[in-house]
Amino acid sequence: MSQPEGTLPTAAAELRTGLLPAWAPYVAVGASAVCVAAMLLAAGAFSVALLLVATAGLSCVALYLWSRSVEGSRRATDRAVTLMIVSAFGLALAPLLSLLFEVTKRGLPGLSLEFLTESARGVVGGGGAAHAIVGTVVITGVAAVISVPIGLMAAIYLTEYGGGRLRRALTFFVDVMTGIPSIVAGLFAYALFALIFGPGIRLGVMGSVALSVLMIPIVIRSSEEVLKIVPNHLREAAYALGTPKWRTIVSVVLPTAFAGLVTGVMIAIARIIGETAPLLVTTGVVDSINSNPFEGRMQNLAVYAYSEYRTPGVMKQASYDRAWAAALTLIAIVMILNVVARFVYRRYRTEIR
Amino acid sequence: MPGAADATRAEADVEAGGPRRDATPALQVAGEPAGSADAPGARTLATRELNLYYGDFHAVQDVTITIAPNKVTALIGASGCGKTTFLRSLNRMHELTAGARVEGEITLDGQDIYAKGIDPVQVRRLVGMVFQAPNPFPTMSVYDNVAAGLNLNGSRVKKSEKDEIVERSLRRAHLWNEVKDRLDKHGSGLSGGQQQRLCIARAIAVEPEVLLMDEPCSALDPVATLAIEDLIRELKSRFTIAIVTHNMQQAARASDVTAFFNIEETGKPGRLVEVGSTETIFTSPSEQATEDYVSGRFG
Repeated sequence: MSQPEGTLPTAAAELRTGLLPAWAPYVAVGASAVCVAAMLLAAGAFSVALLLVATAGLSCVALYLWSRSVEGSRRATDRAVTLMIVSAFGLALAPLLSLLFEVTKRGLPGLSLEFLTESARGVVGGGGAAHAIVGTVVITGVAAVISVPIGLMAAIYLTEYGGGRLRRALTFFVDVMTGIPSIVAGLFAYALFALIFGPGIRLGVMGSVALSVLMIPIVIRSSEEVLKIVPNHLREAAYALGTPKWRTIVSVVLPTAFAGLVTGVMIAIARIIGETAPLLVTTGVVDSINSNPFEGRMQNLAVYAYSEYRTPGVMKQASYDRAWAAALTLIAIVMILNVVARFVYRRYRTEIR
Repeated sequence: MPGAADATRAEADVEAGGPRRDATPALQVAGEPAGSADAPGARTLATRELNLYYGDFHAVQDVTITIAPNKVTALIGASGCGKTTFLRSLNRMHELTAGARVEGEITLDGQDIYAKGIDPVQVRRLVGMVFQAPNPFPTMSVYDNVAAGLNLNGSRVKKSEKDEIVERSLRRAHLWNEVKDRLDKHGSGLSGGQQQRLCIARAIAVEPEVLLMDEPCSALDPVATLAIEDLIRELKSRFTIAIVTHNMQQAARASDVTAFFNIEETGKPGRLVEVGSTETIFTSPSEQATEDYVSGRFG
């Protein structure tokens, strides 16, 4: 880059800058991690969380300074911000990974054939969670049966019809409902059924009603977004053929939006499947399998995990194991639903031009 | 090419947006008895002092025109002068836009289509439309797309009859040979020109009386455009056709009657300046604005 004295800088000279090697960010992070670990150990305050956070911060600074000296301040800022974003993502992911690890580690011992197939009926110190699994599936299923038609029809109203005041009121109330604490939803369901059937009533369907209060706003929101994405020219094509509006919605709009609607429902189910508080006050705690939502108490995985922990029974460790296993089963169910949702989405999604 | 007989018809048609005309069927086309369509099903669409609004905005002003049966009427004019708005009012699609308003009269064979008690869905079954960008239904196969008009209208048609109608429509749209082996595949795998022909097949499968086409070739390549223009020429023996086009050469090639819309300045409503036989409009128009437009001095 040397130039004869008194001449203007060449284009090459103006354009060229130094460049850090490709492995530079990794070295920066690694070196920072080592330094931080050493400092924490020396101070006797080592913990994984502190290590992660401090490494993230230190490596951003280190990389910025290093890059700035070689590449210039613009590239340095670019690298530092990229590293900050990646670190933020990593930090957000860390608790999730840690959680999955812990639940799997502690839940696997409790997972057994007995756990999956037997209920706790009449058993002391043993038994399984079959009744809880059945209960979760039934309660969530009934909640979905209640919420999906209501939520979908409300979303169709908001997108396709929807005039003035009623639409604004509906949107407002949906927003409010998304913030309802789950225990309040449970109390509402309990109060409703107590009014009709008298106090002390416990039914599986009460839990479903409570859960659907939580589920409906999520279904409405996501369905509305998906229906809005269906392009208007498809509706117009149907109208131009002389198709009545309701038929257009049923035969053109909904099939086009189908994949997105299914995904929205799956998200809503994942949200409510682990709710404990409303089910505690509505469905109660019971030891035997009950698959009839309209008759008697019903156990479910969330409440089961809670009660196994709270009242462990004779063999404490076995109860705790079962509680962890119940949590692991819940996570597994949600994962299966997610996989199914992805599969449905890929299979049925329509390329919309 | 329009001959001498058309000249008399054209003179009867010419209206400079001025004096009112009775829209009764007997007077619509002087010198030609009403209902003399070459094939059954083609009807006359006429408007009288039609004004179209979007809320307070006056989009189209005082259009009085007759769209004659078994003819292709081309609506030409610069962008933004209300041609598409006008076209959409003919099958009651204009009112689907929030705040849109129609004043004036549109009659189909003498029947006011905006009269109380007239069902817009029924009007749209009689007056079909093909849009600018091809819009086949993405979730349906080619077969179902063409049959969509029949399926979605709730008409009970036997499968064998439906097969026949689908094949006939696809043949008319010159698409049959290309898709006959893939009738159950999705419509989105076709090229742009094929998709537009599919939309045309879909529109004619329900046998409307009038076919409105909004710049049907603007998204297509020249080869596909030619195929569709040929198709339009064939279709006019069965239907009444009105086509909006930006392409003057296309209007000259494919139409029998041409109507020229213009707008004085942005913000003012579009007006029908002149209407007449295509030959007259392009060689010896009466209005200066028309002459300027067709000779390319503006637009």
